[in-house]
Amino acid sequence: MADETSERDIPAKPRRLTDPKFRALVFQILASITVAAFLFFIVRNTLHNMELRGISTGFGFLDRVSGFGILQSLIEYDESSTYGRTFLVGLLNTLLVSALGVFFATLIGFVMGVLRLSSNWLINKLATVYIETFRNIPLLLQIFFWYFAIGFNLPSPRQSITVGESLFLNNRGLYLPAPVFEDGFMATGLAIVGSIIAVIFLARWARKRFEATGQLFHTVYASLAILIGVPTLVYVATGMPMHLDYPTLQGFNFKGGLTVIPELFALTLALSIYTGAFIAETVRSGIQSVSHGQTEAASALGLRPSWTLRLVVIPQAMRVIIPPLTSQYLNLTKNSSLAAAIGYPDLVAVFAGTTLNQTGQAVEVIAITMSVYLVLSLVISVFMNWYNAKMALRER
Amino acid sequence: MSHNFVPLPDQPPPTASVGAIGWLRRNLFSSIGNTLLTLLSIYVLAVSLPPVINWAFIDADWVGVSRDACTSGGACWVFVSARFETFMYGFFPAEETWRINLIYGSLFLCMAPLFFDKFPYKVQLGAFVIFVFPIFGFILMFGGVFGLTPVETSQWGGMTLTLLLASVGCVAALPLGILLALGRQATNMPAVKSMCVLFIEFWRGVPLITVLFMSSVMLPLFLPEGVSFDKLLRALIGITLFQSAYMAEVVRGGLQAIPKGQYEAADALGLSYWKKMGLIVLPQAMKIVIPGIVNTFIALFKDTTLVIIVGLLEILGMVQNALNDPNWLGYSTEGYVFTAFMFWIFCFSMSRYSQALERKLHTGHKR
Repeated sequence: MADETSERDIPAKPRRLTDPKFRALVFQILASITVAAFLFFIVRNTLHNMELRGISTGFGFLDRVSGFGILQSLIEYDESSTYGRTFLVGLLNTLLVSALGVFFATLIGFVMGVLRLSSNWLINKLATVYIETFRNIPLLLQIFFWYFAIGFNLPSPRQSITVGESLFLNNRGLYLPAPVFEDGFMATGLAIVGSIIAVIFLARWARKRFEATGQLFHTVYASLAILIGVPTLVYVATGMPMHLDYPTLQGFNFKGGLTVIPELFALTLALSIYTGAFIAETVRSGIQSVSHGQTEAASALGLRPSWTLRLVVIPQAMRVIIPPLTSQYLNLTKNSSLAAAIGYPDLVAVFAGTTLNQTGQAVEVIAITMSVYLVLSLVISVFMNWYNAKMALRER
Repeated sequence: MSHNFVPLPDQPPPTASVGAIGWLRRNLFSSIGNTLLTLLSIYVLAVSLPPVINWAFIDADWVGVSRDACTSGGACWVFVSARFETFMYGFFPAEETWRINLIYGSLFLCMAPLFFDKFPYKVQLGAFVIFVFPIFGFILMFGGVFGLTPVETSQWGGMTLTLLLASVGCVAALPLGILLALGRQATNMPAVKSMCVLFIEFWRGVPLITVLFMSSVMLPLFLPEGVSFDKLLRALIGITLFQSAYMAEVVRGGLQAIPKGQYEAADALGLSYWKKMGLIVLPQAMKIVIPGIVNTFIALFKDTTLVIIVGLLEILGMVQNALNDPNWLGYSTEGYVFTAFMFWIFCFSMSRYSQALERKLHTGHKR
């Protein structure tokens, strides 16, 4: 500090209080002290209050027996399982409904976003009505609507709505045929994995050859042939070791097959329709962001319309679409916590709800729940940054 | 040999390219694919619309006081009209609802001039609405002074509570959001910057529902012994913290859009940090971010429905509550459609307004 000031032509004794660096330092120290004092105050109060209420701190409660059942679990779970297991079940249910929601929302969003730009007036208006309606109604209300107003008024199992006698929808849920794998299905599974790897290598090789020689290889057809052909061959050769288990009506309810509980059904429906409307807007603005000059230049170069779309429009539109799309996925995952309102056993319902009520470990439970969502958003934003860096324009 | 050239009258354009037929050909039947799509959507509409219209309007029952009036098999709007007071005012005493109406009326009078470009005292009026009006509103809602009967917060509810949560959350979050955004931009103070980043990213990363859980079960633990907050206030604290993080990101967008020359010019004039921000940067930045603020307000407005989880009954909560009334079992569709309609009107008009603002305020800040 002293050297710097002597070099410059300012008074020998710098006026400390007006030196921006010094002021910044003082201000930061003050701010840090305030925050630390505030945190200390909270922690002390919390410890004191918990002591008063006789709640022990720590994560030991995770090993205790929970004693309550859960409507739907992807892993083995019963009343004698621990709270730690409860947490896992809730987490997996959250991930399940998020994955389903992301899949269907993307499907709905992309279709509706493209239809929204259709030159067909009727289609265009229908897509607009869909987007503007569902974007502007609270998600919780939509969940309630599908669950209480529609789900409860579906017919009873005997009068199920059915598609081809294999898919049944009634007020107990959605019943689907379930695939049952027998011995020897392993080979088909391996064939599927193997053909996926083969297709990836094929695509790389085709691209390299195209860039080196300009010769085209019909990757799409070849990949489809490999992806469908090889597993089918293996499947038939090993004697078709899989059959579908159809749900059948026995007494008052369906037996067998795959059951989607009404809570999951309503939640997935509401999440995909709500987020789909937002994704549709993202897709529309992404496609519109590619200037008309680009498509004109492509046709001037003699590219076919399908190539124009694949090589010129989509790559540029995706660059605009992907960042908001990931944040929509993130929103969907966070919104899946509304499951608690209709009793779908997600992380918030079984952990921040039931477990918290039973154990009273408010601080630990809420901290764990929040950090799960924080980690999820961190992972997604890391991925987003990586993708952005990969897709960013490389200007030459 | 001179004769005047008299042109023949113009031939009418082919009927297939102008007028209604031309429009139909261009917009609905321009190609085989389009024709198929058009026919398909007409079929879908023909199948789905008439039953809905029948249910909602033609077969619906509109007048009456109890469910006995609902006999025609369509929608029973009697449910909504009979419960309308609760949906709007919650459990506010009926003889005191004039206070809520007074708040709405005076707020409308204060806000109306803000929508006219020519009105000269916009900033002052805006400041009045944001800083002074809440006090006036609070006194009217809470009562207890000037001879007004006190009304407990547990009696607040319905649409009033929805609007209250959203607007208080937004107004309280604004100053906090501005401070956080300034802190996040303060590159010369790494400690302050990282604290702001942590705060913002934390609240943006967790769902509102866990925030509400936290404010209802953890906040009482944070406070010294004997101090306790009202349920509504706890929810408001959670919502404000949550909203301030989103607000900060919106404001940051505005700060980044201001050209660097503006900052440098302010420095060159020798303005202090707060003068630079308050007189040069923020006035310009806030103008740009108004549409963004309206958008976060819309999001918050929809999210207020979540307070049902912590036992506060805003409009959706009131509808849920009414649906549990044994006299009105089975009218959930009507209740939800009505609520959806209310929300839709508010959100749709606000989003249109924010789009219009965006176009109007787009005055050359984009580079």
